[in-house]
Amino acid sequence: MKQRLTPATIIGFIVILIWCLLPVAWILSLSFKSVAETTSGSPQFLPKSWTIQNYKDILNNGDFTDALRNSFGIAIIATLLSVIFAMFAAYAIARLDFKGKRLVLSLALAIAMFPVVSLISPLFDMWRTFHLFNTWPGLIIPYLTFTLPLAIWTLSAFFREIPWEMEQAAQVDGATSWQAFRKVIVPLAAPGVFTAAILTFFFAWNEYALAISLTSTTRSRTVPAQMSYFVGPDPFNPPYSLLATASVIVTIPVIIIVLLFQRRIVAGLTSGAVKG
Amino acid sequence: MTTTVATPAQTEPGKRSAQRSDRSAAENRLGQKLVAPAVIVMLLVTAYPMIQAIYLSLYRYRLTTPDDRGFVGLSNYGVILTDSLFWRDTLNTVIIMVVTVVIELVIGFAFAMVMHRIMIARGLMRTAILIPYGIVTVVSAFAWQFAFSINNGFVNSWFSWLPWISADQNWFGDHWHAMFAIMVSEIWKTTPFMSLLLLAGLSQVSEDMIEAAQVDGATWWQRLYKVILPNMRAAIMVAVLFRALDAFRIFDQIAIMTAGAQNTESSSFLTYRQVIQQMQLGMGSALSVLLFIAVLIIAFLIVKLFRVDLASARGEG
Repeated sequence: MKQRLTPATIIGFIVILIWCLLPVAWILSLSFKSVAETTSGSPQFLPKSWTIQNYKDILNNGDFTDALRNSFGIAIIATLLSVIFAMFAAYAIARLDFKGKRLVLSLALAIAMFPVVSLISPLFDMWRTFHLFNTWPGLIIPYLTFTLPLAIWTLSAFFREIPWEMEQAAQVDGATSWQAFRKVIVPLAAPGVFTAAILTFFFAWNEYALAISLTSTTRSRTVPAQMSYFVGPDPFNPPYSLLATASVIVTIPVIIIVLLFQRRIVAGLTSGAVKG
Repeated sequence: MTTTVATPAQTEPGKRSAQRSDRSAAENRLGQKLVAPAVIVMLLVTAYPMIQAIYLSLYRYRLTTPDDRGFVGLSNYGVILTDSLFWRDTLNTVIIMVVTVVIELVIGFAFAMVMHRIMIARGLMRTAILIPYGIVTVVSAFAWQFAFSINNGFVNSWFSWLPWISADQNWFGDHWHAMFAIMVSEIWKTTPFMSLLLLAGLSQVSEDMIEAAQVDGATWWQRLYKVILPNMRAAIMVAVLFRALDAFRIFDQIAIMTAGAQNTESSSFLTYRQVIQQMQLGMGSALSVLLFIAVLIIAFLIVKLFRVDLASARGEG
């Protein structure tokens, strides 16, 4: 293991930091420029005069706060349900011998690759029939479907690393498979479950194509969909300050989660994909 | 990794096999019960709607004129496959997929090398690399649209010293410039994910092997091509497969940055526009089916071409 700190590595490190943070700094800076400044054109990076008026405006914008409420509600419910379903499935895949295991894994893989947009047309038709159009469940259900594969992979990879002797020890002491699962494995698996939850939350928080197609009012429209309604009639001359401020606010939860749980997220992202 | 602990002592040898098969039958049932909810949810929103889409694609069905609905056979497919718009959008999508995945692979590998070597500030680096991954795609699209804007963007003023960029370059005024802006946004957002997958592969390449090659006089390039890359083949292939399929489905960036203007429409955006904006459910469903088939073909080609075995890559017997 030689880990020398060569100049090339240090330059690379700085390049990565700039790459990742520059666009974030850019929307942050834009959100502090006044509406007058962006309307008259302001190509320089930093604001001429800093203002927090945009933040006051957007937090008093009923459409935006409704969308924020919908985004949080839908993402959290979808995350909880997805992780619960995935926990059961991943336990079975990691631990039990049953017919159809490969089939379940192939199905999950196929759905991870499924083009979300090709569901817009049938779901648009079906959701109107079932009165799910423009409702929270109308988005939560497809979000569950598309986050389950990732959640199942991540969790089954984590579950495989758990010291299973403890489960067997519990079974020797007379516990059934189910009791061993609930009393021994769930506490051990909590970190993996948490990771799967973060990745699921990111998906639901980020999703745009279904959110724009299966909603029609702020009753259930999420922030990414609502933002595209802020653009207005001229798509090449949108209200910059408003959109940049909305961008910053919707990015805050992402940054908090990343700061707190970066190690877990990296472990989760790579565990599902690369092994052996 | 699984350690097998000695099974509890059996009292009678005769009872043993009966118990075991009872137990394995119970295990089989429990396993199927545990996966059932997840499987049902996954099929409910994919398999059933896809069947519905195939059915609708055989009809002339526009929501604005619902009474005019009628069976037309395969003629929707005929209309689409002979329309130059469909082929142009497919070409755009393929260009975006190939260009972004190749660039992401190169930059992502460079990032992975840096992350692999750096020993200081790993937390800072991880945090930074996860921000583009976690950020909402729509936000990334807006950030880059604004960055490339003529009136309010910094790209023109920062890069006007380059001979091919003028201070009043309109990035959304023609096809290639708009495609460039879209691809920059896509590459910015997804390169970190690629680099994390590659880093995981890189950390599995044995240092001893690399050192042995160095002792034998291999140059830096030889070590890279003959030792490092072949040993992380599985990681590279998984990363390429996932990113290629993801890039082929590109929608958010195009919807936000150009809304398909300057011929920058992708297959996904065309499908969306037919269904939601034109209310053409029949035609839109046919496009959905074609999009699904295209994804299947790409997945099949990548898996066959590079012989990716995802199950064995994951150690899934």
